[in-house]
Amino acid sequence: MNPASLKSNLKWAKKGATVIVDIDTFTDEALEKAGYNENNHPFTDEMERAYTIIKAPVTSFTQRIGNEQGADKKTADRCRNMFALGIIFYATHKKLDQTFAYLERKFAKKPDVVALNKAVLTEGYEYADKLEVMHSHIFEIAQADKMEKGRYRNITGNVATAWGLLAASEKSGRRLFLGSYPITPATDVMVELAKHKSLGARVFQAEDEIAGICSAIGASYAGALACTSTSGPGLSLKSEALGLAVMVELPLVVVDVQRGGPSTGLPTKTEQSDLNQALYGRNGEAPVVVMAASSSANCFYWAFNAAKVALEHMTPVILLTDGYLGNGSQLFRIPKMADMPEIKPRLATPNDPNYRPFRRDPVTFAREWALPGMEGLRHRVGGLEKCPDGPLSTDPENHALMVANRQEKVNRVANYIPDQEVIGDPDAELLVVGWGGTSGALTLAVEEMNKEGKKVAYTHFNYICPLPKNTGDILRKYKKIVVCELNNGQFAGYLRTQFPECPMTQYNKIMGLPFEVGELKAEFERLLAK
Amino acid sequence: MAEKHFVPKADREYTKADFTSDQMVKWCPGCGDHAILAALLNTFPKTNHKKENICMVSGIGCSSCIPYYVDTYGFHSIHGRACAIATGVKLANPALSVWVSMGDGDSMAIGGNHLIHAVRRNQDLNITIFNNEIYGLTKGQYSPTTKFGQVTKTSPYGTIDYPFNPGELVMGAQGTFYARALDCLPPLTTDIMTRAAKHDGTSVVEVLQNCMIFNDKAHAAITDRAVRDDRTIILEDGKPMIFGKEKNKGLRFNGRCLEAVTIGENGITIDDIMIHHEDTEDTGIHMMLARMSGDLPVALGVIRNVKKTSYTQLYEDQMEEQMAIGKYKCMDDLLNSGDTWEVE
Repeated sequence: MNPASLKSNLKWAKKGATVIVDIDTFTDEALEKAGYNENNHPFTDEMERAYTIIKAPVTSFTQRIGNEQGADKKTADRCRNMFALGIIFYATHKKLDQTFAYLERKFAKKPDVVALNKAVLTEGYEYADKLEVMHSHIFEIAQADKMEKGRYRNITGNVATAWGLLAASEKSGRRLFLGSYPITPATDVMVELAKHKSLGARVFQAEDEIAGICSAIGASYAGALACTSTSGPGLSLKSEALGLAVMVELPLVVVDVQRGGPSTGLPTKTEQSDLNQALYGRNGEAPVVVMAASSSANCFYWAFNAAKVALEHMTPVILLTDGYLGNGSQLFRIPKMADMPEIKPRLATPNDPNYRPFRRDPVTFAREWALPGMEGLRHRVGGLEKCPDGPLSTDPENHALMVANRQEKVNRVANYIPDQEVIGDPDAELLVVGWGGTSGALTLAVEEMNKEGKKVAYTHFNYICPLPKNTGDILRKYKKIVVCELNNGQFAGYLRTQFPECPMTQYNKIMGLPFEVGELKAEFERLLAK
Repeated sequence: MAEKHFVPKADREYTKADFTSDQMVKWCPGCGDHAILAALLNTFPKTNHKKENICMVSGIGCSSCIPYYVDTYGFHSIHGRACAIATGVKLANPALSVWVSMGDGDSMAIGGNHLIHAVRRNQDLNITIFNNEIYGLTKGQYSPTTKFGQVTKTSPYGTIDYPFNPGELVMGAQGTFYARALDCLPPLTTDIMTRAAKHDGTSVVEVLQNCMIFNDKAHAAITDRAVRDDRTIILEDGKPMIFGKEKNKGLRFNGRCLEAVTIGENGITIDDIMIHHEDTEDTGIHMMLARMSGDLPVALGVIRNVKKTSYTQLYEDQMEEQMAIGKYKCMDDLLNSGDTWEVE
C-alpha cells in the first residue's frame, strides 16, 4: 500500500493483520496528499502494536531490477505488484511456477516483459525470506480439498451471465438476441456477447435503453431468445416496455446488474436496491418472474435458468445481479452442455386450426408462441387488453380474467422450482435470511458462528418471485428472523406482506459496499443475546 | 458480398382481398386513414412477398390501429416505440417484410429518437408516417408538425413551436429513401409504397393525411381540387420538374434557391427546367425539394432514393462470415477456451 491506500483501507483490516506497505512511496508530499500530518502519522505506536507492518522497499528494488534489465522507469514501475506478490507467495508457502507460466502465456509476444516480471517476483520472494518477521508470519492456506473434481476456469459475473444466455440459446434452439445500451456496471454483458457471432449471438447496440428492450420485445415476437441488459436507471427507462412484454406474454430476459441508486447514484458501487423496482415498477397489475444470482460463477446458471423459465412459461423474467457479482471473478467448474437441462419453448404448430393467441397450457397457464413466418397462425399482439381468442376486449369480466390468468401463470412457476433450503444449526434460534449477491459473506458469518457453537441458521433466496413454496414453512419455524440486504429493507418488506405472521428484524447496509463478515457476526450475536 | 433478398417470394398471386382483415375499421368516417389503408392493401400484392412473412408494427395513435385492419402478423405496440420494436423483429428474422406505421406525434415527438436512428442505420424497414399535423386520438393537441401559430387545445393563443419537416429530418439522418404522398391520391400512394417496399434499406413515406375532426383541412391549401395542380408537383425520376393545371410551370435553380417559372414566359423553355434525379447522393437538392411550400409547390412522389448497403445486409454478411471463420462452433468450445485446469 501507498499512503493513500493505507489511509482508506486500513479500517478493513482485522486486528493482528499483516500489512505490506511500499515504504518508498511514503514521501512527505504523498503523506500530506493522503491527509496525514505531524499529529496524524501513519505508523503510530498503537498501529504498530495492532498490526504487523512490513515496510518493503517495493519501488526502489523494482526499479533497480528494471535498470539491470534495461527497462525504462515506467515499465519497471508497472511490475511493482509482482514484488508484493512475491512477498505474499513466501508468506503463504506458495511456489512461483504457476505465475511464471501465466506470465509466459500472457506476454508471449513480449519476452522482455516476461523476464522483468519474473525477476521482480523472485526478488520479492527472496526479500521476504531475509525478513525475520516473516518466519513467524507464515500462513497456511489449506488445499481446496472440498473442490469437486472437474475442469475449472476463472469467470466474472457479467461474462458468466452472457455465457448462460448463450448456453440457453444453444439448448433451446432459439437464436439469441440482445438489445442493450451501454451502462455501468452491466456493459460487459453486451461486450461479451458482441464477440460471439460465430455462436449465433445477435447483438444490437440500441440508441437508448428503451430501444434496447423494445428491440428485444420485437425479436421475441419474431422468435428469438430475447434479452436486454441494464442497471438501475436503465431499468427505470424500460418500465413501460416491460409492461408491454407482460401484456403480450412473450419470453424476455432482463438482466439488471444493480448499482447504488437512486438516479445516477453510485454507478461503480454495489447495492441491492432495485428489488422493489423489479417486483413492482410497472403500471397496472404486471407480474413478472424475478430471480437473483448469488455468486459471480453462478450467474451462468441463473442466466440459463432465467431464459429457461422465460421460454417455457412465456413470461418476462428479471434477473438481478449486482456490480459486485458482475465485476467479481470466481472459480467456475466448467459444465458440459450435454449435462445442462433441456429447454422446451412453447412453439405453436403451423396451420393449427385451433390456435388462439391466448389459449393457455392448462398446467403452466403459458400461451403458445406463434412466429411471424409460420403459416396459418396470423394474429396480432399489442399493449391493449385482449380476450383469450385474440381480439381486443374492454369487457369488464374479460379484463378481470386476463389479469388473474397472467398472475396465475407467474404463480405457477413456483411448481417448477426447488424447495428453499436452510443451512447451519438445525436447532437455531436465529434464522438469517439473505438474497442475491450477499450469500458469500452471510454464509461465512453463519458457518463461523456455528463453529463457535452459536445457534444460527441461514437461508438464501435466489427465486424471489414467485418464492419457493416452502418459504412460509421455513419462516414460521424460527422465533427470531433477521433479513439482511444491501438496501433499506426491500426484501424484508416483501416477505412481511406475504407472511405477516412471522416477525422479522432487518439488517441493512447502504454504503455501496458488500457485507463484511465481522459486522454480520456482531449483529447476529446481538440478536441472539436479546 | 452479394446482395441478397431475404424475404421469400409468394408462390401465388395475391389480391387486395387476401390482405383485408375481418376486423371492423373504427376510424371516423371520412378520415384520410381509410385511403392510406386501401393503398397499403393494394401495395402488398404488388410486393409479391409471402403473406405469412409480412409483419406490421405500429405505435399508438389513430394510424397505429392499422395492424388490425390488414390480415398479416401484427404488433400494435406502445407510443413512439414502433421503430425500435420493428428493428428487433427484422434483426431476429431478416426473412420478414417489416412495415412500420406511425403518426406525426408517434414518430417525431415521443418516438423521434427511434425514428432518426432507424433511418441512420438503414435497416430494411418500410416506414409510413401519417401526417395530419395534430394529436387526433387524444383529441386535438398540437404535434411536432403543427403549423406555427396554429390554435389547438394546448395552444389556445397559437403555437410558438417551430414544426419539423419530416423530409428534412429523414435526410438529416442520412435517409436513403424519402417520399411524400397524399391521402386523397390513392394510386400515387400505392405506387410510392410499392417502390418503398422494393428499396433495400429504410424507406420513409410521409402521407399528408386529413383529420376531419381535430384538424380538418390542414392540407387543404394544397389538396383542394381547385388549387392542387398548381400547389403540388409530382416528381418523377429522370423527368423535368413540371407542374400546374396547364403543365406549363416548372422549377429551376436560380443560383441561390429554387424558383417556380412558367414555360413560355420571359424566354423560359423546357430546357431551363430542372430534371429530377432521385438517386443524387448529395442531399442538397432533395432537401430543397422537401422544404418547398408557399410560393413553391409542395413536392410529392419519391424525392430521394439512393443505394447504400442496408444494415440488414451488413449484419447478415457479418454473421455469415463469423459463423464460417469464428473459433467457437458450440458452447462447449467457448466454455473450455483460454486458461482452464483440471482438479482431480
